[in-house]
Amino acid sequence: MALVQLTISALPAHVRTARLMATAVARRAGIAESALDEIRLAVGEACSRAVEAHRVHCPSRPIQLDLVDSSGGPRGGDAPADTPADRASHNGRAAQRFEVVVFDRAPAKEPTAAFDNPDAGVDLDADTSLNGISGLSPDVGLAVIVGLADEVSIEPHEDGTVVRMSWPLGKADPEAESVG
Amino acid sequence: MDLKLDHHTQDDTEIVVVEGEIDVYTAPRLRELLIDLVNKGNFHLVVNMEKVEFLDSTGLGVLVGGLKRVRAHDGTLDLVCTQERILKIFRITGLTKVFGIYDSVQEAIDKRKSK
Repeated sequence: MALVQLTISALPAHVRTARLMATAVARRAGIAESALDEIRLAVGEACSRAVEAHRVHCPSRPIQLDLVDSSGGPRGGDAPADTPADRASHNGRAAQRFEVVVFDRAPAKEPTAAFDNPDAGVDLDADTSLNGISGLSPDVGLAVIVGLADEVSIEPHEDGTVVRMSWPLGKADPEAESVG
Repeated sequence: MDLKLDHHTQDDTEIVVVEGEIDVYTAPRLRELLIDLVNKGNFHLVVNMEKVEFLDSTGLGVLVGGLKRVRAHDGTLDLVCTQERILKIFRITGLTKVFGIYDSVQEAIDKRKSK
């Protein structure tokens, strides 16, 4: 088990920092090149969502990312046995996986309807949001994460949301590994 | 890299050339450019994304917002993109059915004129 932790202020500029960090740690962990783009995008979506939520509810509080290489890394494996990464592991199934956990502190709403209805995020015919920043529901970001990550769990709580995403290590095709 | 934006007129179409990363930090600049172009009467837009290195759902939202604006004037907003890594997010979100996505600026212009 090897862990990299990153704490960022809720600023849009730092979403890129988180993407770069996650991609670098994933590459070192041995993630296939073909999956690095997926990790970059999924981490960006999770952090964008967290930053937007914090800016509304708690702009002064930071957002935390845990980047967990459950194999200990191809060149290492010398991480302490008892690390904070233990709480980010995934029911003991985290062996040989790269996991990213994004913790935000903004009170969660109902998770999303975007997963059940693929058309829910796009409302081109609506006239009401012509002045809004986008025509997409914020839940589209979560739907993208679900589409990209090999395993995902989104746990909304009153005091924040935990988004866990993971990918198998050393596989060219993330779908090649049969999972639960 | 950061986001670099440029635009020029080709035939009767305004070509927006986007280079770099479109995310929650940079997308507002693209949004402002699209709004400005529409407000100045450009209702046929082609966004050339061949040099885009990263696009997330915030960027998609800005493109959808631009599409809504031009459609309000019976206009069009088409995309030029051949990069698989960028096309993937359009597929995941189903937006390949919403946007015209072409291999070149000329193809985008020709297809619109032939409709």
